[in-house]
Amino acid sequence: MSLEEPEPDDALAAVGETDEGLDYDALAALLGDRLLDREQHVNAEGFVVRPDLSCLTAQQYGDRYESIYHLRKYDEPTHELSVVVPSPTDDPHNESANPVYRTADWHEREAYDLVGIEYEDHPDLRRILLPETWQGHPLSGDFDGEEPQIVTLREHANPLQEDHRGDDADTMFVNIGPHHPATHGVLHIKTVLDGEQIADLEPDIGYLHRCEEQMCEQGTYRHQIMPYPDRWDYISAGILNEWAYARAAEDLADIDVPKYAQVVRTMSAELCRIAAHMLAAGTFALDVIGDFTATFMYAVQQREQVQNILEDLTGQRLMFNYLRLGGVAWDIPEPRDEFFEKIRDYLDDLPENVAEFHNLLTSNEILQIRTVDTGVLPPEEARSYGATGPVARGSGIDYDLRRDDPYGYYPELDWDVVTEPGCDNFARLLVRLREVEESARIIEQCVDLLEDWPEDEREIQSNVPRTLRPDPDTEIYRAVEAAKGELGIYIRSDGTDKPARFKIRSPCFSNLQTLPVMSEGEYVPDMIASLGSLDIVLGEVDR
Amino acid sequence: MSSDHNTADGTGIESTQEARMGEGADSRFNSTLREAFGSTPFILTKFDQFMNWVRGSSMFMLQFGIACCSIEMMHTYAVKHDLDRFGAGVPRASPRQADVIIVPGTIVSKFAPRMKRVYDQMPEPKFVVSMGSCTISGGPFQEGYNVIKGAEEVIPVDIHVPGCPPRPEALIYGVAKLQERIANGESAPVTVKPYELEEFGDLEQDELVAKLADEIGEDDLVMRYNWVDSP
Repeated sequence: MSLEEPEPDDALAAVGETDEGLDYDALAALLGDRLLDREQHVNAEGFVVRPDLSCLTAQQYGDRYESIYHLRKYDEPTHELSVVVPSPTDDPHNESANPVYRTADWHEREAYDLVGIEYEDHPDLRRILLPETWQGHPLSGDFDGEEPQIVTLREHANPLQEDHRGDDADTMFVNIGPHHPATHGVLHIKTVLDGEQIADLEPDIGYLHRCEEQMCEQGTYRHQIMPYPDRWDYISAGILNEWAYARAAEDLADIDVPKYAQVVRTMSAELCRIAAHMLAAGTFALDVIGDFTATFMYAVQQREQVQNILEDLTGQRLMFNYLRLGGVAWDIPEPRDEFFEKIRDYLDDLPENVAEFHNLLTSNEILQIRTVDTGVLPPEEARSYGATGPVARGSGIDYDLRRDDPYGYYPELDWDVVTEPGCDNFARLLVRLREVEESARIIEQCVDLLEDWPEDEREIQSNVPRTLRPDPDTEIYRAVEAAKGELGIYIRSDGTDKPARFKIRSPCFSNLQTLPVMSEGEYVPDMIASLGSLDIVLGEVDR
Repeated sequence: MSSDHNTADGTGIESTQEARMGEGADSRFNSTLREAFGSTPFILTKFDQFMNWVRGSSMFMLQFGIACCSIEMMHTYAVKHDLDRFGAGVPRASPRQADVIIVPGTIVSKFAPRMKRVYDQMPEPKFVVSMGSCTISGGPFQEGYNVIKGAEEVIPVDIHVPGCPPRPEALIYGVAKLQERIANGESAPVTVKPYELEEFGDLEQDELVAKLADEIGEDDLVMRYNWVDSP
């Protein structure tokens, strides 16, 4: 692993930045040993690897592939570092970062799958998103999308077949999914049971890999990309996702966002968070307590109200497409009083509703048995797998990008980061329920601000050029705190109005990797509870 | 009941409907059906028509979520929209117990064989509602290298509900339309779809098949995608 070009960013500005640019020697002196020698990588404790393995398109870097490892500290997320590892086009291979960071496992498999870089010493370098029999690597330059493909049905092994019992007659192989009510979409879990307990477990993803990165690389910055983020994490978290793209593109193209628009963004994003967490808790109840029962209906009732408000604001129930680069699409709907009244009515009832819902959920004995002290994810494991969001906070990791890497209007507002020390399924559920209350606090303050905002200063969008063409070869990685955790976007521009590389760092992708840690040795229903507590969305896992 | 038989002016003349209802059970037992058919305990109809009407009035949906549309589908089942009002609101977890499959989301190459298998597992007669643009043409992801250009490439579809995603009202309308069609005895023609599950050994020999011959057994079920022929 070599240190080629650390990305300039705020945190490192203090070290090694000179007038001419970056002083690589100073940076290398600061970090060099750890990065050049993989054995010493282990010392870089507290770093989390974000191997956004950026592929290279032929027109830009015709001569090489690159794997960019984005590193970030949990304690200080603004301390970022990107390690760029080039490899030749004819034989792209790198050394695996897997022994250092567990999360590199899936990320490198994804890079191998989509781009075609081989990682030496990777324990299990197979395709992850595309079917095993797929030909070619779709994000590499020489992929031909017109070629026919053959996909098998055999991964779906029959559990009753004798040959799927292991040598040890006590274990049994069971498929869960991809079509199964408890898998939250189309996830396939290959499970090996020892009696009733799980001996081995492997999530098999890719049943919803709909080429989001390719779609974004085909769209123009200004308008054509924004509709896609809504469809990554589609559980009403649209505006949170849009913000991830907006933040990355605005920083890339140096666009300012007016304060008023920031407040509107903050308010609408937190409404989305309430809706997303409500569905998470509702489906969790669905998995753990039973079928379409009362608890789920209570959650959906809350969501319907939030969706009504968001529909008034954005015109859509689910796919909002409300943010624009440099602001938002339009102002609060007229009459404003009525709109704010509606939000206030909702917020007034919220504490009582949440308390009732909380009571229904947490006083249920089945839920308690399934969640307390099951699916334990120790903080060290969570860090090693790059878990973020409520999953990390449920393991007591005090990490929230809204506070730690501030954006929008959050720093101006009064709210708290919720953490729970329990590390179990119950803790993750509690974090979500408490975050709903914190979101309500944020929304209330935003409404107060918006109500008193002088009429002639309601600027919803700054001046943005009609066609954005960021300078060639500028790169950026920016992340926001989405409903499931750190949603990051890496963009590399090539001077045209479309990104040359658009990489999505999905929080669910990393969070789902922790499932084997949580579930091995547990009972099957506890594993289902753990899966529910991870709150994955396959649209975001598979992209 | 008897008090109902006296008209407002007290003359005791019955309306046609009242006459047909006749003496009988307590008015609490009234229903739309009883009002339509009267208290005489038999109706004359064709058996097929009756069966179709029954079929349409009590549908078991498959609990089948794929992507974004499944969120709106859940809302359709849940409070406020409550699909159960139309006799179609009890999702079944097993395809063996279901007779309608709502396909709510983007179908990609890895999932299409599984969806086909789930569809095959449903007992006849079975119906398909495709929900959202992705199941019509691939929708916003149509140009994706991995995306099947619509559910009709794999399974026959009775009703298409457009939208991205369709509102719950739209899905309810689609389901109601399906019920109407079923009651009228109509369904989509079951034709051979471009992408079928077939045994690897039965595929036409070409470069790709030769290349994969080591990896895939002769009897393995496969689906072959000819992207060039996709719409």
